[in-house]
Amino acid sequence: MPVTTYREALRSAMAEEMERDESVVLIGEDIGVYGGTHLVTDGLLERFGPKRVIDTPISEGGFTGAAIGMAMMGMRPIVEMMTWNFSFQAADQIIQNAAKIHYFSGGQASVPLVIRGPNGGGVQLSAQHTHSLEGFYGHFPGLKVVSPVTPHDAKGMMIAAIRDPNPVIFLEAGALYGTKGEVPEGEYTVPFGQARIAREGTDVTLIAYGRQVNLLLRVAERLANEEKIEAEVIDLRSIRPFDEKTIVESVKKTNRAVVVQEQWRWFSVASEVAAILQEQAFDYLDAPVERVSGAEVPAPYARNLEQAAFPSEQQVIEAVRRVTYRARGA
Amino acid sequence: MPKMGDAMEEGTLLRWLKNVGEEVSEGDPIAEIETDKVTLEIEATESGVLTQTLVAEGQSVPIGTPIAVIGAPGEAVEAPAPAAAAPENGNVPAQPEVSAEAETTAVASAPAAAPPANGQERAPVPAPAAPAEPAAVTRAPGERLRASPLVKRLAAEHGLNLELIAGTGPGGRIVKDDVMPYITGAKTLPAAPAAAPETVAAPAAAPEAAPAPQVAAPSGRPAGQPRELSRIRKTTGKRMAESKAVIPHFYVTSEVDMDAAIAFREQVNAQVQDDESKVSFNDLIVKAAALALREFPNLNTTMEGDTLYEHSNIDINIAVAIEGGLIAPFIPDADQKSLGTIARTAKDLIRRAREGGLQPHEYQGGTFTTSNLGMYDVEEFVAIINPPQAAILAIGSITETPVVKDGRVTVGHRMKLTLSCDHRISDGAEAARFLQAVKRYLQNPMLLALS
Repeated sequence: MPVTTYREALRSAMAEEMERDESVVLIGEDIGVYGGTHLVTDGLLERFGPKRVIDTPISEGGFTGAAIGMAMMGMRPIVEMMTWNFSFQAADQIIQNAAKIHYFSGGQASVPLVIRGPNGGGVQLSAQHTHSLEGFYGHFPGLKVVSPVTPHDAKGMMIAAIRDPNPVIFLEAGALYGTKGEVPEGEYTVPFGQARIAREGTDVTLIAYGRQVNLLLRVAERLANEEKIEAEVIDLRSIRPFDEKTIVESVKKTNRAVVVQEQWRWFSVASEVAAILQEQAFDYLDAPVERVSGAEVPAPYARNLEQAAFPSEQQVIEAVRRVTYRARGA
Repeated sequence: MPKMGDAMEEGTLLRWLKNVGEEVSEGDPIAEIETDKVTLEIEATESGVLTQTLVAEGQSVPIGTPIAVIGAPGEAVEAPAPAAAAPENGNVPAQPEVSAEAETTAVASAPAAAPPANGQERAPVPAPAAPAEPAAVTRAPGERLRASPLVKRLAAEHGLNLELIAGTGPGGRIVKDDVMPYITGAKTLPAAPAAAPETVAAPAAAPEAAPAPQVAAPSGRPAGQPRELSRIRKTTGKRMAESKAVIPHFYVTSEVDMDAAIAFREQVNAQVQDDESKVSFNDLIVKAAALALREFPNLNTTMEGDTLYEHSNIDINIAVAIEGGLIAPFIPDADQKSLGTIARTAKDLIRRAREGGLQPHEYQGGTFTTSNLGMYDVEEFVAIINPPQAAILAIGSITETPVVKDGRVTVGHRMKLTLSCDHRISDGAEAARFLQAVKRYLQNPMLLALS
């Protein structure tokens, strides 16, 4: 199987779907001539022309609204947010229109729209450009929210998103674009609402999505080597719809869970995971579910402070020690 | 100080069997303690060196009080610390200073977990030494039992009594690792606890021994000398008061014609050579009650809170008067035992009960209690239910009575049985029918030998 980058996986998913279905169009800032700020759409203008790869002014509310209109009329637009932070400008369109039109119209109109771009931080973009918005968008019924971490899932979930009749919030990460992995050629979809067991284990379940999954895989190796703890790592992949079964089954096996996220703790995905586990696996829990989250501050710019504000391997290991009761006296 | 039963609140350290500095292996007896029921040896729950004793011989301490420190081999032996001041009666001790965690000083001195590292690799927090296993349950009297939801489910599934298991989690929480050894069979627990019944109409809870007022009694006669109640009296008083306060008792009395039973017993015992196997009337009644319970499983139950537990085993407790109180060891599966086995088992239990040699698993538990005052010429009496059981059978003496048989007055032998029953569980009609069944067995004693 060919090995490609996350960026190339996204690009091939979009290009293949554009070849297959001419209603698929791209719209956003600097995606055409410039090739995209993160080069995800590089070369697509040359290949599909300006009617299908549409450069816009700096106007998130405007082009997102335009894309919603296109989608209502039967097209399948893919909006690029240069970063998800800019979607605050378009939040009214996304939340008030995209998420609700199918409902408002009694099913007469649907919004087959994908909005994609980098989410979260880790690349020193400071407080205004470092938000993690999965909890925010995951809150609204009517939106689907996904956050793949592997190039394989990036392509399969992008194709699934394009073909989905509902608006999909597609969360990528700046730090992931250059990562590599095996990606099948040709079309395939990774269905939403199915978590992936990234590593099997017996002693504790570590749960994350997006780039934190890679952190958990490193932690799991350390735990196995240094502490004889076999961690199961679950990649949620999809925030909404949410795969409750996989995490519940895993915790029934391991009896302990640590949820890790870059976003802030309050009203977050990890909070939801903890609630689901106590509802559905209460009698299997040997310890309270631990959450490791971003520090409750606007994201710092300085590299050392930014690193301190996001979950670290050490923090996760300490949480694992607490739920496995290996941290006596702590 | 381990908790050796539900009713135990404190124990007396009679003597140390190991000296400070001596090596101990898991399972070695390290001290002898006296509970309100029996004298027992405490075993070391892990191997190491007895580095410190915390309780002096003769001292009574509440359960959960640390009594000794077992350290890693080679660890410095500390000078014996002054024994913890004897806690005042009724005082709940503060969180024991030396908790299970301190059993290896390596743990106690390990630094707290390092603060989150700023992305830099940091040396891992020193792993604690092999998880110290607490020597004993460390909950203070009245302290809520903490266990993870998983542990509570496992305990219910495997019938583990969490009261007897020490928790190593935060705040003494019992966690998976604490119970797994009992589930895998690596360790075993004593049987489920229950306490001895009171067999005579017990007074309400004996008041805590209060300092005697230095005033004359109203009559002008001198006040009596204050005497502190023995622990067994206090325990009995407390449990019987609870039983009477919680359980709506009702009583049903019936008279049994014992002529056939007397003849049967004489016949049996004439054939039995060894005294151990000679059958007493009480043995006959135990067997009769056990067989009757098979027909009335509702009376072979225990009630914990609002939950009624049905038991497939029929374990009959026998109340035994001992010095200063009473104790009720039980005969397991009495319905399945032959009269000879019941006779031998009962004799052994009674003898050891009087000598103080019973193990907790021999008196903690049981599903139905019998209490016999017949040997004291008591015609009939009512007993207080031995919680959490559903009923207790009070047995009176066999008396010679003029009876009318076939229209003629003749000498008969009669015995009165009184069943005390929990009205939450049963009603008068069932209790009466149960007594009829007991009567049927005793009046047709060959049935006792049949099954």
